Amino acid sequence: MDKVNLGVDFAGVKMKNPITVASGTFGSGMEYSEYTDLNLLGAVTTKGVSRVPWEGNPTPRVTETYGGMLNAIGLQNPGTDIFKERDIPFLQQFDTNIIVNVCGHSKEEYLEAVEALNDEPVDMFEINISCPNVKEGGITFGTVPEKIFEVTESIKKISKKPIIMKLTPNVTDIKETAKAAEAGGADALSLINTLTGMKIDVDRRKFALANKTGGLSGPAIMPVAVRMVYEVSHTVNIPVLGMGGVRNYRDALEFIMAGATMVAVGTYNFIKQDATCDIVKGLEEYLIKNNISDINELIGCVD
Amino acid sequence: MANKKVCGEITALNKLTNDIFDMTFKFPDSYSAAKEAIPGQFASLYLNDETKLLPRPISICEVLGESNSLRFVFRVVGEGTKLLSEMKVGDCFYVLAPLGNGYKDIRKGVNVLLGGGVGIPPMLELAKKINDPENTYVYLGFRSDETFLYDDFTKYANVILASDDGSIGYHGNVLQALKRDVSEKGLEPDTLYACGPIPMLKGIKEFAHEKNIKAYVSMEERMACGIGACLGCVCKTTEKDHHSHVNNTRVCADGPVFDADYIDI
Repeated sequence: MDKVNLGVDFAGVKMKNPITVASGTFGSGMEYSEYTDLNLLGAVTTKGVSRVPWEGNPTPRVTETYGGMLNAIGLQNPGTDIFKERDIPFLQQFDTNIIVNVCGHSKEEYLEAVEALNDEPVDMFEINISCPNVKEGGITFGTVPEKIFEVTESIKKISKKPIIMKLTPNVTDIKETAKAAEAGGADALSLINTLTGMKIDVDRRKFALANKTGGLSGPAIMPVAVRMVYEVSHTVNIPVLGMGGVRNYRDALEFIMAGATMVAVGTYNFIKQDATCDIVKGLEEYLIKNNISDINELIGCVD
Repeated sequence: MANKKVCGEITALNKLTNDIFDMTFKFPDSYSAAKEAIPGQFASLYLNDETKLLPRPISICEVLGESNSLRFVFRVVGEGTKLLSEMKVGDCFYVLAPLGNGYKDIRKGVNVLLGGGVGIPPMLELAKKINDPENTYVYLGFRSDETFLYDDFTKYANVILASDDGSIGYHGNVLQALKRDVSEKGLEPDTLYACGPIPMLKGIKEFAHEKNIKAYVSMEERMACGIGACLGCVCKTTEKDHHSHVNNTRVCADGPVFDADYIDI
């Protein structure tokens, strides 16, 4: 077999392959375009954007942990005006889909941001209801099923694009939050956002991060992410974008076999700037080698 | 897409003091990073141990174009730099370089370079690039008489030493030493270039402002991606930054060298 299909349908959006990047690890692709070919990606998922610019948190914002890292960036971003003027036109130059990650401190702010982006040439919105590093909004929406339902329903009502609700793993049962998002009208789900963690610098006898807590990401969290993707994709009837610690095509395959239709590379972009391209290539070679004509055959195949 | 992290080789590794190491890293012939680097830029050093995932940002001490190498002089501050210090000549690892803006604007006249501790190494390539030993003054601040790179600097500049404990050179910090020379020896700097701890940079910024001297400072911050995407390593600015339009600029991509007036320290 020398011709295989890597294309997937993600909530009605045709992706040339199942690989994208995790929001916040890739900017809007501008910096990475020097190191990797954005045309090879199924989609670029942008860093979270809010209606108005956000300052983010004090530094230190990042610290390394065993096999991973903690971050508490706090969603610093230029707001939708600059984003529309600079980032979207930049991404339009490439033959890839655009998923815009949207953040807010309140339901109203999410709605304002979606409204501001509604008529832009982008393919989907990913709604960040799971950032652990902002005091209002973010995770405060993402842990309570009733709130998730409410914010999803409100956004769905006004959104002109399919919406992906991004779920936090910092809950007792992610199936419950997934169901709430589905009931609210979500077109797809993405998971997992980072796990809330803490690191203490024993030499300085201080928290390693100015924010005290941060979101844990990187290879260390992958088994948790795979388990949650498996649980969620077997609970809801909408497609799942899986992420959490992916380093290579074999990691991506774990997510796909667990039930993810798409997979995002996050922290590992920092280690290998063109990791996504290697993964796309690796998936193709895997299919050829195993005589599988279509990647869709592997989605959720480990039942 | 010419940029890529590449695997190169350690061709020299020496211990300069108790915790300062001097490494020469040779790039493959196909990679021109070493030749393109300018003073004040840095490199991301990737350890051969993915439990220590993130690259270590290390300033470029010297650009050795002829041997296609970069010289890194670094302090052991944690497990990552400790691993680097324990490597051997001939060992290979990945490096992404050069990164950051560097000292693009080297000015004529009396240039004064100030380095504190591990802020000293990047000043060497700068002194070399200025290439005007008579009008270049380098202030090197150490904790004690455990100095490093002193001989290297004497080739390119007038070198003034300062130590916190007074065991060598001026008893005090580099800024106090500079102030002494300005008031007692009639030194008239046209431009200051500084790298070191925040209190030192803060003092230099204030001094430069007071004397109406142009000053550049090189900032340090915890980094993750190293290329301007993650917004992990920002520092406060006095004006809106061009990337996020807030008052936080990216040290790795927009710096690490900034006009002192632009930085809120």
